[in-house]
Amino acid sequence: MRNFLAMMNKELHNLFVSPIAYVLVGVFFALTGYFFYMILVNVIEFTMQQVFQAQQFGTSTPPFDASAAVMRGFFSVLSTLLLFLVPVMTMGVLAEEKKRGTIELLLTSPLTHLQLILGKFAALVVLLLVMLVPTMFNSLLLYFLSEPAPPLATMMVGYLGAFLLGGALLATGLFVSSLTENQIVAAVITFGVFIVLWVIDATAGTGTTLTSETIRYLSILNHYDDFTKGVLDSQHLVFYLSFIFLGLFLTSVSLDSSNWRQ
Amino acid sequence: MIQVEHLTKRYGSHTAVEDVSFEVRKGEILGFLGPNGAGKTTTMRILSGFFPATEGRAVVAGFDVFKQPLEVKRRVGYLPENPPLYGEMSVNAYLRFVANIKGVDRAQVGSRLEEVKIRCGLGEEGPRLIKQLSKGYRQRVGLAQALIHDPEILILDEPTIGLDPRQIIEVRELIKSLAGNHTVILSTHILPEVSMTCQRVIIINNGKIVAVDTPENLTGQLAGGETIELEIGGSVDNIVALLEEIPDVKSVSVGEPRKDHSPVLVETEGAKTVRHLIAQKVIGSGLELYQLRTRSISLEEVFVQLTTEEEAKEEAVEGKVE
Repeated sequence: MRNFLAMMNKELHNLFVSPIAYVLVGVFFALTGYFFYMILVNVIEFTMQQVFQAQQFGTSTPPFDASAAVMRGFFSVLSTLLLFLVPVMTMGVLAEEKKRGTIELLLTSPLTHLQLILGKFAALVVLLLVMLVPTMFNSLLLYFLSEPAPPLATMMVGYLGAFLLGGALLATGLFVSSLTENQIVAAVITFGVFIVLWVIDATAGTGTTLTSETIRYLSILNHYDDFTKGVLDSQHLVFYLSFIFLGLFLTSVSLDSSNWRQ
Repeated sequence: MIQVEHLTKRYGSHTAVEDVSFEVRKGEILGFLGPNGAGKTTTMRILSGFFPATEGRAVVAGFDVFKQPLEVKRRVGYLPENPPLYGEMSVNAYLRFVANIKGVDRAQVGSRLEEVKIRCGLGEEGPRLIKQLSKGYRQRVGLAQALIHDPEILILDEPTIGLDPRQIIEVRELIKSLAGNHTVILSTHILPEVSMTCQRVIIINNGKIVAVDTPENLTGQLAGGETIELEIGGSVDNIVALLEEIPDVKSVSVGEPRKDHSPVLVETEGAKTVRHLIAQKVIGSGLELYQLRTRSISLEEVFVQLTTEEEAKEEAVEGKVE
């Protein structure tokens, strides 16, 4: 536990002492704020149009949950931003240790790989929370000001989804970072992997064969949709948790292999 | 304290270390000497648990490096060739982090921190960022890092590299002061360093151990005789014949005469010195003896001799195969 905490603190120190964390968080806040506003404006315009049309033709307005639409739009923006920003969060985490040779200190200290990897992963999760939690301000605005207010539970499920998606992406990025000692290479490969995981369901088509269903299952954003609708499905929970586990496990395997230590 | 048996490390087809065996006793300072790329770093990395060997066994402080790595790592302080530092951390924060992951007792972290800072001459540098320190000070932080958990065994890879002469002396003194309580392995490619700090030397070349002995024995053994420089005044025409009468004199050569005296070089063999006989002979024959001194063979010469001998042997073997 102590090793894990020491590792996490050091990692947080490194993250927050470099400008990267501040730039990341700043860009993330600016973009989430901007997109939240745009989505809100669009949805309001759309609703107004509907009401206007209904009045003109004397029909009733179709049922439309405006606040849910805003939240869904916002959560989908969050996921896209995470796909772009996570590679920057994870790129240096292990690659930089190798480049500087500090990995020699870590691997010759009485630390288990589990403590090392979990410590680093925990620090990244803290950074993820630093990014996600303040955006709840936007959602709370909607909660207090819109009529009817979106159910709080729905919003929380959406955030849980964003958090799990972020965790899965971080674990993947951590693994890629363990493969190289060049940060840029790590970031580019991580981003490439994310894009593949993102669009992979397009290659699967709509077939019902085992292969296409498996491929669809692997698509990392497919599992996210239900969360944005406020649906908590254990199937998706399991998907993300096993994704995180796999990422961390592969990182450990990569640290074990001595091929790169030359 | 350290037993190494038939250690071999291969990277693909390249063999970095081949069948290396040696032992280090408690409290001893052992020097690893060899040209760059000889396998010093590889051996040290194996002993510190950084990576496993391809073959062989290493027992450090009573624990097998490959079977109980955590126990070994608790007892070993390791300074890699490039000190493993985080530039944006302060010296204090860095040493505290290392103390934590090395398992220093929580209550003692503060006192250990102060102690290693004083020991390594970092008393005032605590709050400074590591990236602002000079190369010499970074090396000291690296040493402090290796000492923080008061390990029984220290493995230092080129501890004096990149330091200025005064700092080199300080680091050597520090290492010497560690002997007795700590067992130290240090690597270097600087020969005088070994004769100054180490009690025993392992000369390693191309991944193989070429010689193991004390620095004194190594220089003595290889010489197997003396080289004596004389300066003689007067006619040296028959000096060669005269000196070759002395038993054990192998060769005599006369150099270019300077003004009123000529340099003469005498090589002898055998363990007994014949310097007094040479002096008697020279004076007895009416010549003037200005100077008589032995030229001691330096570790450098031993080193070159050993490493080239090895290559010559190898070539001979290869020749036979063909």
